[in-house]
Amino acid sequence: MIAIVNYGSGNIQAIANIFGRLKVPFAVASTPSDLQAADKLVLPGVGAFDQAINELDRSGMRAALDQAVMHEGRPILGICVGMQLFARSSDEGSAQGLGWLDGTVRRFDRLVSDRSTKLPHMGWNTVEPRQGDALFEAIDAENGFYFLHSYCVVCADPNDVLATTEYGGQFTSAVRRGNVFGVQFHPEKSHQNGVQLLKTFAGL
Amino acid sequence: MLRPRIIPCLLVKDGGLVKTVNFGSPKYVGDPVNAVKIFNEKEVDEIIVLDIDATVKNREPNFELIRHLANECRMPFCYGGGVRTVDQAVRIIKSGVEKVAIGAAAVDCPTLISDLATHVGSQSVVAVLDVRRDSKTGRCSVWTHNGGRDAKVDPVELSQRLEALGVGEIVLNSIDQDGTMKGYDLDLVRRVRDAIGVPMTVLGGAGRLGDVEQLFGTFGTIGAGAGSLFVFKGVYRAVLINYPSRRDRLALYQAASSMAR
Repeated sequence: MIAIVNYGSGNIQAIANIFGRLKVPFAVASTPSDLQAADKLVLPGVGAFDQAINELDRSGMRAALDQAVMHEGRPILGICVGMQLFARSSDEGSAQGLGWLDGTVRRFDRLVSDRSTKLPHMGWNTVEPRQGDALFEAIDAENGFYFLHSYCVVCADPNDVLATTEYGGQFTSAVRRGNVFGVQFHPEKSHQNGVQLLKTFAGL
Repeated sequence: MLRPRIIPCLLVKDGGLVKTVNFGSPKYVGDPVNAVKIFNEKEVDEIIVLDIDATVKNREPNFELIRHLANECRMPFCYGGGVRTVDQAVRIIKSGVEKVAIGAAAVDCPTLISDLATHVGSQSVVAVLDVRRDSKTGRCSVWTHNGGRDAKVDPVELSQRLEALGVGEIVLNSIDQDGTMKGYDLDLVRRVRDAIGVPMTVLGGAGRLGDVEQLFGTFGTIGAGAGSLFVFKGVYRAVLINYPSRRDRLALYQAASSMAR
C-alpha cells in the first residue's frame, strides 16, 4: 500500500486518481499512525518550503517520516516542493529541511546568468535520465513532463542526480539516494509519462 | 528544451461553458466538466477556466465546481474569477488547482499579489489583464469586471508592477480580439513581453493554428491561449471540442522555429 502524505498541499487528489485508475492500493495519510501500514510513500508538494516544513512539524509527520524513510528504508517519492523538502535548506525560506539529501534548494536566477530565462520555469520540458535507473523506464523522455517552479535542488553528491533538464543551463530534475526518490516536475499533471512514472514507482 | 504551451481557455457563466465575442454575446458551448474530460483525452498542455460572472455579480468563486474540475483535470489547471482574498486562493490551491488567476483584485488591491506569493508561491499566482485599445488614440488600457470598468492603467505599467510584487505569470487578453478569430494583437504582446521577465500567456483572437505558429515564431517560448479555436469548427461555428494532435504540434513548433531563424 502506498501512503500519499497529506500536509495540506494541493495535488493529492490528482495523485490519488492516477493510483485509483492503475488499481494500485493507496491511502491518504494525515497522521503518523496513518503511515504505519504503508510500504511506500509519496510526498506531494505545491506551495512554499517553510509552510510545508512547518506543517510536517505540526502534524508530527516529520519524525514519523524520518523513521519510515531513514531507519526503515521505505521508498519515498517527493514531488516538486516535496522533493525540495529532502534537502538541508532552501533559498525560499529559513526552515531546516528534512536533510535526507546532501544539498540545498536554490532560486533559479542565482544559478543561471542568462537574463532572458523567464521565471518561474513553467511548462513542458524534456528530461535526460541517468542510464539504467528503473524510475524512468518506459518514459518518453522527449515528450517530457510538466514543470512549475522557481527553485531547484542542487546536490552536493553528483551520484544523487537521477535526471537533468535544460533551462538556462542544466539543473537537477530528479534525484535518487537509495530509497529516496524525488522529481521536480509534476507526474500527476504530465499525462501518460506521469502515469507511467507513478506506475513504475508503485512497482519498485 | 522548454516547449511553448498551447492552452484552451474555457469561460464559465451560470455554471455552463460559453464563448464570447469582444466579451459580449455569450454563446453556450457545453458543460465544463465534460469539456475537461475531452481535453484530458487530447493531452492538452494546460487548461485555463475563467468564471466571467463571479466578479461582476460580486460572488465568491464556485468552490464546488472548481474542486470537481480539479479532480477531473489530468493536466495543469489555472482557475480565475472572483478571487479577492488569500483564503479563497489557498482554498482553491488546496482543492488541486495549480494556478490561481487574479483579475480585478490585481488592480484594486495589488498587495494581494505579494500576499499570495508568500502563501502559495509565485509559481501559482497568475494575473489576467483584459486590455482594450482606444480606437481613436490607439492607447491601451486594462479593464476589469468582464470589460465593464476601465481601470485606466497601461498594461505594460501594470505588468511591471505586478512582476515586482511577485506574480508568476501574466495572461494578456485582448478584449478587441476576443472571439473574432482574426489573430492575436502581436503589437500589444510585444510591448508587454519586452517589459517583463515572467512567463506570459496570450489570449484573444486565435482563429487557426497558423496564428499560434506565428505567435511562437515571433516570441519563442510563450503560452498561446485560445477559446473559439478549440471549441468551434468551421465557418458556422459548430461546437466541436478540438486540439492539435502531438504530431501536429511538433510540426507547428518546427515551423515556428524555422520562422524565427
